[in-house]
Amino acid sequence: MLRLDGVSYRYPGASRDALTDVSLSVGLGEFHAVLGPNGSGKTTLVRIALGALPPLVGSADIDRRPASMWPRQDLAKLVGVVPQREDNLFPQRVRETVLLGRYPHLSLWGRERPEDHAAVDRALAACDARHLADRWVWTLSGGEYQRVRVARALAQEPKLLVLDEPGISLDLKHEMELFELVRGLVERQGLGVLMITHDLNLAARFADSLLLLEGGRPIASGAPAEVLTQQTVETVFSWPVAMQTIEGRPQMIPLRKPKESQA
Amino acid sequence: MKWTVLGLLAFVALLASVMLGPAAVPLAQLAHSDIVWNLRAPRAVLAFLVGGSLGVAGAALQALVRNPLADPFLLGLSGGAGLGAVLAIALHVSGPWALPIAAFAGALAALGLVYRLGLIGGAALDPRILLLGGVAIGAFAAAITTAIVSLANAAELRNTFLWLWGGLSGASWDAVLLVALYAPIPLAVLLAAARPLDLLALGEEPARYLGADVEAVKRRVYLAASLLTAAAVAVSGVIGFVGLVVPHIARLTWGHRHRALLPAAFLGGGALLAFADTLARTVVAPRELPVGVVTALIGVPVFAFLLRRWTIA
Repeated sequence: MLRLDGVSYRYPGASRDALTDVSLSVGLGEFHAVLGPNGSGKTTLVRIALGALPPLVGSADIDRRPASMWPRQDLAKLVGVVPQREDNLFPQRVRETVLLGRYPHLSLWGRERPEDHAAVDRALAACDARHLADRWVWTLSGGEYQRVRVARALAQEPKLLVLDEPGISLDLKHEMELFELVRGLVERQGLGVLMITHDLNLAARFADSLLLLEGGRPIASGAPAEVLTQQTVETVFSWPVAMQTIEGRPQMIPLRKPKESQA
Repeated sequence: MKWTVLGLLAFVALLASVMLGPAAVPLAQLAHSDIVWNLRAPRAVLAFLVGGSLGVAGAALQALVRNPLADPFLLGLSGGAGLGAVLAIALHVSGPWALPIAAFAGALAALGLVYRLGLIGGAALDPRILLLGGVAIGAFAAAITTAIVSLANAAELRNTFLWLWGGLSGASWDAVLLVALYAPIPLAVLLAAARPLDLLALGEEPARYLGADVEAVKRRVYLAASLLTAAAVAVSGVIGFVGLVVPHIARLTWGHRHRALLPAAFLGGGALLAFADTLARTVVAPRELPVGVVTALIGVPVFAFLLRRWTIA
C-alpha cells in the first residue's frame, strides 16, 4: 500500500542528509511504527511517504503510484493523517471538525450528503467520541482531542492511517487508550497504520513491525524483538537500559548512570 | 430564518438608499423620477456590489493570512490605487474614466509587487509575508503619493484625496454594468475555494492531508480577493472596515464554514455599504460626507468591541 524504497533526502542548504537509504513497506492490516531520537528524520520520512516532499533518491509510492504525483484530493480518500501539530484558527465544534474529513469525498459545489453524516457518526463511534459531538473543540482534554482527530482521519474512510507522535502530552490512560484504539482499527477494519512515535515500549507492545532511525539512517527494522535489543537501544539513544519481556514483547527500562560517571 | 433576516436587511438598505435623499421624491413618483433612476438607483446598486465584494474579499483574506483581524486594504492595494490616481492627475491624464483606470492600474501594480514578495523561493506563497509585504508596499506608495501631492500643491489633488477616501458620487449605470460583469468571476473563484479555506484554518499541512491543493488555493484566493478589492477601490475609492467588520459579524451568526460565510458576507457587506452611503448623502445634505468616513465611524467602534471580545475569549 505504502512503500519507500531506498529513500534519501537532504533539505536545501543542509550540510547532511535528513534521510539516508530508508526502505519501508506498509500493507493493509499491518501496524508499523517508526522510532528514533529527536532529529532522527522521522517527520521527514512521513512527509516523503505522504508526497509532501519528493525523495531525492529512491522512490516513495502509495498504491503503486509516486506519492508526490497523487492529486491531494484523491490521496486524502486513501490516506488519513493525524498530523503532529495543527491549530484551529476559528472555534469549531467536534462534529464540524470531523466533517472536514469528508471534504475529499464532496464535489466542488455539492452539499454534504446523508452518507457523509453517517460516515462522521461511524468515525465518532469507532473512536468512542460520539458523546463529544456537540462540544467545542477547545474544551476537550488532550486525550479527547486526539480521539477526535483520529475520528476525523477515519471519516476520510481511508485504507491507510498515518499518525505523527499521537501520544505526546497524553497521560498513561489516554495514551494506552489511543494505542488500543489504533490497534483495534488495524484488526477490525484492516487498516494499514504508520505511526511515528518515540515511545519505544508502547510501539513494541502494539506494532507488528518497527523501524529504528538514527541521524536519518535505518539502524534496525523488523519484529519488535529483533529491533529492540539492549545493544541497539543503548547505541541509538546513548543511554544505558535494561530489557525485559512483557506479554511476549521487549520492554525497555532506562537505568540510572553509575555514580562515578556522573561527575 | 437568519437568511430571511439578512435578505430583508439587504432589501431595506437598498430601498432606503433609493427613497432617501436631499431632494424629496414622493413615493408615487419613485419609479418615474429621474433623480431616482439616474442618480440614486445606480448609486445604491453600486454601493451594494462594492460592499458585498469587500465583505467577501475580507472574509477570504482573513482565512488566507490566518489573521481574523485582516482587512482587504491591509494588502497594500489602497496605497497603490492612491498613487495611481494621483499620478494620473499630476501627469494631466484626462477623461471620464481616467481616475478609476489609473487607480485600478496602481492597485494591480501593488498587488503584483506584494504577490512577488510573498512568493518565497519562487514556489510557496507565504501568507504572513503577504501581510507584511502589503503593509510595506502600501506605506511606500503612500509616501510617494504624499511627496507628489506636497510638490504639486494643486487644488485638483485635494479632490483626488477626497475621491480616494471613498465616494460613490461618481456612480453611473456604466459603472454598475462594469462591476456587475467583472465581480462575478473572482466571487465565483472564492466561493469555489470555500471548502479548502475551511481546511486552511487548520494550517497548511493538515489542510494538504485533508485533500486541499494548498499552494493553488492560496494563490487563487489571494489573486481573486485582491482583484475584487482593486475593482472596488477603482470605482469607489478606499472604503475601510466593511471588509473587516462584516465578515466578523457574519462569523458570529453563520460560523466559520465559508460556504455559508461568503454569501452572508456578500449580502451583509452590500447592505452595510448601501446603508452607510445613504447616511453619507443625507446627514449633512446638501453636502456629502465621504462614505469611507461613515463606514469608519460605524466600523471602528464595532471593531474595538470585537477586538476586546477576541482578546478576552
